[in-house]
Amino acid sequence: MNPIVDREKGLLELEKRIDELKGLSASQNVDLSSQIAALEVEYAKIQREIFGTLSPWHRVNMARHPKRPTAAEYLARLDQFDELHGDRHFHDDPAIIGGFAKLRGRRILAIGQQRGRDTKENLRVNFGMVKPEGYRKVRRLFGLASRLGLPIVTFIDTKGADPGIGSEERAQSEAIASCLYALAESTVPSVSVVVGEGGSGGALALGMTDRILMLEHSIYSVAGPEAAAAILFADATKAPEAAASLRLTSEDLLRFGIVDEVVAEPLGGAHRDRETTIERVLAAVDHNVAQLSTQSVQQLQEGRYEKYRRIGALNTKGMTAPELRS
Amino acid sequence: MPMPDWLRVRKTQTQTAPGWTKCPSCGELVYRPDLKANHEICPKCDHYFRMHAADRLAMLLDGDFTEVGGEIEPGDPLQWVDKRPYPEKLASDREKSGLSEAVVAGFGAIGGFSVGIGVMDFHFRGGTMGTVVGDRVALLFERARERRQAVIIFSASGGARMEEGVLALMQLAKTTNAVERFRRDGLSYISVLTDPTTGGVSASFAFQADVVVAEAHAAIGFAGRRVIEQTIRQKLPENFQRAEFLLEHGAIDMVVERPKLRDTLVRLLDYGIAAPSFSRNGSR
Repeated sequence: MNPIVDREKGLLELEKRIDELKGLSASQNVDLSSQIAALEVEYAKIQREIFGTLSPWHRVNMARHPKRPTAAEYLARLDQFDELHGDRHFHDDPAIIGGFAKLRGRRILAIGQQRGRDTKENLRVNFGMVKPEGYRKVRRLFGLASRLGLPIVTFIDTKGADPGIGSEERAQSEAIASCLYALAESTVPSVSVVVGEGGSGGALALGMTDRILMLEHSIYSVAGPEAAAAILFADATKAPEAAASLRLTSEDLLRFGIVDEVVAEPLGGAHRDRETTIERVLAAVDHNVAQLSTQSVQQLQEGRYEKYRRIGALNTKGMTAPELRS
Repeated sequence: MPMPDWLRVRKTQTQTAPGWTKCPSCGELVYRPDLKANHEICPKCDHYFRMHAADRLAMLLDGDFTEVGGEIEPGDPLQWVDKRPYPEKLASDREKSGLSEAVVAGFGAIGGFSVGIGVMDFHFRGGTMGTVVGDRVALLFERARERRQAVIIFSASGGARMEEGVLALMQLAKTTNAVERFRRDGLSYISVLTDPTTGGVSASFAFQADVVVAEAHAAIGFAGRRVIEQTIRQKLPENFQRAEFLLEHGAIDMVVERPKLRDTLVRLLDYGIAAPSFSRNGSR
């Protein structure tokens, strides 16, 4: 069970009672304003308790919240979207949705990783875990973007690449490696947004972009907290501890100089106000694409090389605990 | 340039450490000098021992080796602690392996061809890639690009290094960019996958080469065997994710037995990988 969903239950009940009282007060023409005000004070207090200080583990569960907006919802809010399918070799992976789009009037190529909103959709999209054919579709679209001069925009939300037998048979490693390579050689601006979970190489395959944005309560990690706990403590139930050790929050990523911009979420998380969240994300993407679009191909490629080149031992060695934990 | 000191140390250690080693595959005791003479392959059951970087270099190089990036050493950016603090693990691996990190990079000649060469060593943190491995691999490609020489990398890795978190993940990006810039200039790269090559290393530079060679029997894949078994809740066949399995599925160019590896590389370099023809006269 998602602990954030658990904690929200009290809030949702309060919300319902406030609405009931408001309805009653209107329909029966009685003054319940003091009771309503008291409940609203209580509501704000609980809300602050829940969301004022979120542990890394709570952040993980915000990122995985079943009601959190998925990639498809961001794509649906673009001015225009024409989906392109398939890897031309084997299959069309439904965990990847990509195609031509327009954002604030600008032609772009948009790609998202689709996590399911319910069990049925999760079975269809393999819980957002992309298979080699999905990555090969992505690689194809990256190439198309460069050919047509369209900026690349990606929405990242995956636990990680699919770890199945078929995926290994079809060379999952090579599929991811070739997506990374396609981003390295691309001649157009690229912007990625981590909107939920950024799980390992499976996420980076869409994320090695000129700019990386992150929604406030998204996470980005070398391994899922459960897998990390299993490897390090031989105990998957220690995932909350592993989540803290992994430094996977948007603040951590910003401090490491990996993420360029964190997009703030409404109080209570993206799912509490989807409209505002999606609007903010698209606005942030738009201004980053606009900035990058003024650069020459050479400037883009130099900038990209430097961005990743400097994330190394020499630059992180001197980092101290307070800097990392502030 | 002479071999660096650590290579001498390592060579002396193996040379002056006679005695017996137990084969992890057949369980038989193997006389160390016999093992060394047999390319670190068990004479009894044909099991390939995982090679130390120094032994691998000694097996391949004509002579001298000039290391690059050896001075780049790891920090502890995440202040990582699990059962032990990360710096303690690094110190004990340094002690045990005689290495400063999980990859040795530099320049030397193989069969008369001057090349950049990187050798990963599973004996240091399971060959995992953190910021130092990323830096050294990128530096190797950058220097080889300046020298207009081919690169050969021997991979042996459990993937990205957990203890460096997302900074380790970003090394996939750094190394990819370095490979791409190098190849864009018309230079070539041979990747040799050895046991094991998995995770972040197989999903980046190990599979971005012009020719991908695998050493016989090597385990190669993205997800670890245990992860897959837990996911599908059944045992995987023995040959799953082995070099021969990958060859059959079209993922690699060739599988080569260790004693023939050096000669194979020399033949490949001779086809133009060592010095692409168009780069010599400046155009295609």
